[in-house]
Amino acid sequence: MATIIIPTPLRKYTAQKRRFETRENTLSGALEQLMEEHPQVRQNLLDDEGKVRSYIKLYIGDEEVNPDESRTFQLDENTEISIVPAIAGGYQSAEQPAEYSTG
Amino acid sequence: METLSNIENQKLTLTQKSEELGSYIGQTPLFPIQHLYTSRQVKIFAKLEWQQFGDSVKARPAYRIMRKAIKQGTLHEEVQLLDASSGNTGIAYAHIGAALGIPVTLCLPENASDERKRILKALNVNIEFTDRGGGTDVAQHVAREMYERAPDRYYYADQYSNPGNWQAHYNTTGPEILKQTNGKVTHFICGLGTTGTFTGTGRLLKEYKSDIRLIGLQPDLAMHGLEGWKHLETAHSPSIYDASLADDIRAVSTERAHQLITLTARKEGVLISPSSAANLAGALELAGELEEGVIVTVFPDDLSKYGEILTQLF
Repeated sequence: MATIIIPTPLRKYTAQKRRFETRENTLSGALEQLMEEHPQVRQNLLDDEGKVRSYIKLYIGDEEVNPDESRTFQLDENTEISIVPAIAGGYQSAEQPAEYSTG
Repeated sequence: METLSNIENQKLTLTQKSEELGSYIGQTPLFPIQHLYTSRQVKIFAKLEWQQFGDSVKARPAYRIMRKAIKQGTLHEEVQLLDASSGNTGIAYAHIGAALGIPVTLCLPENASDERKRILKALNVNIEFTDRGGGTDVAQHVAREMYERAPDRYYYADQYSNPGNWQAHYNTTGPEILKQTNGKVTHFICGLGTTGTFTGTGRLLKEYKSDIRLIGLQPDLAMHGLEGWKHLETAHSPSIYDASLADDIRAVSTERAHQLITLTARKEGVLISPSSAANLAGALELAGELEEGVIVTVFPDDLSKYGEILTQLF
């Protein structure tokens, strides 16, 4: 079962889940399942044309992948997918203890 | 001559050296936006904040925080300055630290841009990389843990809670804006990140004239590309944020900011960072609603540290 690591800013929309497990076997299928189960993720991830927003990067393990090739990118059960904003910083989970708060 | 006096005074104390460095912090130009928006009654100005020692708006709080700690004796050459930063505050600490001989350790999210990592390396910063999906919140957590493990080794600057952050803007950015607009500023608008710029500048301007309008900006989405900005619905406010100050809070999309980077380069001749462009987006929208006024914002940084965005857009 492949796993999507949920980035901190999106955890509010995934009931604070840090990981999302999927049986889908393509990257696009996995993302679609994540967005179906957590609908508020969709607007954050995709632009008006349904493409992954230009400032969001997708990684398989440590390797960055082109979102345009997500339909053909095959996943296996050990695949770990990360969704990362291109620029770090500027957000924090409201549910985290205040003493960890930064932005 | 100042240069000669510096040469002649090689044996300054650390406190004296830190005070001298203050001549090179702040005093940034107030740049008029003349082509993207034209109106006789409504003017837009932006402070070009990368034009100071330390290379960005963050030079102001970083300098103030460090100068105060040096004066109090809690920061010196034998103690490392420690903080979390995804970028500009860290770079400002690094410039000032290098100039004063103070070592700097930063907790930096792994997905900080390559330019930033290289700049920090060039300035001899010790970098502790943190999780790329966790942003500066995880970096802050790591910094705090490092400090708690070895409090004698570090001065923990904690820019998000340190009052020196907003005080820097209260004492420098605000007065500069009043002087540069001859007191005619009617609106101050800028993004909310650590909230130091908004809180400090806004507080000073409100004290000067209570009907100056203060407009805070936030990203339109939790997942955004506006470095340093906070999405209020999903974020805790930093402890220095004064929620009562803002007359209005508005949202800007990363896509709109990227569009304005291109337009500002071609129409105004300045290459600005995403957060600068987002501030301008807010200012332009506001200008369109006013019959008269003098709108001031800040351009925290130029585009030189954002090679990836430069490549993507041009």
